[in-house]
Amino acid sequence: MINPLRSEEEAFRFVIGTIAYFGAIAGAAVIDKWAGLVVFIVLTAAILVLWLRARRDEAPIQTAPRPSGANEHRILVIANETVGGQMLRQVILSKAEGVDEHVLVVIPALNSPIRHWASDDDNARAAAADRLEESLRRLKEGGVEATGIVGDGDPLQAAEDALRTFGADEIVISTHPEGKSHWLERGVVEKARERFTVPVTHVVTDLAAEREEIRS
Amino acid sequence: MEAHAAAGHHGPPAAHQSSRVNASVLGMFLFIASEIMLFGSFFTAYFFVRVVNGTAWVNHYILANGKLFQLPIYVAFINTAILVTSSFTMHWALTSIKKGNRAGLQAGLLLTFLMGLVFLLTQVREYSRLGFKPSDGAPATVFYSLTGLHGAHVFVGLTILAFMTIRAFRGHFSPEHHHGVEIGGIYWHFVDVMWIVVYTTVYII
Repeated sequence: MINPLRSEEEAFRFVIGTIAYFGAIAGAAVIDKWAGLVVFIVLTAAILVLWLRARRDEAPIQTAPRPSGANEHRILVIANETVGGQMLRQVILSKAEGVDEHVLVVIPALNSPIRHWASDDDNARAAAADRLEESLRRLKEGGVEATGIVGDGDPLQAAEDALRTFGADEIVISTHPEGKSHWLERGVVEKARERFTVPVTHVVTDLAAEREEIRS
Repeated sequence: MEAHAAAGHHGPPAAHQSSRVNASVLGMFLFIASEIMLFGSFFTAYFFVRVVNGTAWVNHYILANGKLFQLPIYVAFINTAILVTSSFTMHWALTSIKKGNRAGLQAGLLLTFLMGLVFLLTQVREYSRLGFKPSDGAPATVFYSLTGLHGAHVFVGLTILAFMTIRAFRGHFSPEHHHGVEIGGIYWHFVDVMWIVVYTTVYII
């Protein structure tokens, strides 16, 4: 969550806003109590709209992870169920060539909005933990040794959390193809490029096509 | 390809903290968030009493012990103006030290402290002239609880301000290091905002 008040200056501006807000309501209420109610509703609605707009237009604050040591390459992989795909394995292997690589796989604990707001994420985390175990196993079969954690339900937040502890040189985001991916619909890859200072590689994993290929 | 669970590192790991907000400022905001919940519970009691006992609290009059008492709306207005002004002097103090103006810092903090003190003393004086006690019914209890809770916060704010002022006069704080003023300022603004809410809801509406 982004704190709307980050300094004394912002807190002072909040005081000014509070004076204006309550001053208008109190002034109207002194004239007529129903006028006070109308002013309260109108002002509250206006503030909500302005706040939502400002939030939408706000440029993301960039996160810069700490640099790795010499000949060390840290790759942070953000993926949901697509982590076991061949394409992703090939990408990781190509990036790890000739360097001492560390791979961290983060599986966001995807949850429904209602369950998220009710803080009911036990099932989501358990499901993500199962996917993580399967993903690490499949990566190992493909020759990629990695560690993994279950992350926040928001893939960008999960990446940011992992960057603070892992300090990646590069982020790899694995998604389903266009049309099948909620993350692409939400512009997760573009937002990650705006938010993080390290390179972000997008890998499209079409698990269905890969399964077809194996069958044929 | 090699597997590495952790990088070769000796000693405790570096502290992980948000790059967006300083840890001590974040701590103050978390404290204020808990305070808002505390005030919220008192406001809930207040609105409950007003809705349930609609006739006991109407048009700046409060029913206590079977009698109607007028709330000191005009004195409270002056007190509100004093407290609001103190937020401006607080902000002036901080902007002064950011520019290296020590005299501005000292004057701003001293004025803020004095205005806070006047506010608190005026509130105590008004308590003695109200004519009803906290035990004179639910509306009276809620009135004293809400304004008293805020008064307690003003007292805490004054204590913080006293330390800040003493430090300012002893030569502490600089344009680069003024975190003590920043955090105390945030708390003081919170106290101010809460009073504006209390004054509007309890005295005006």
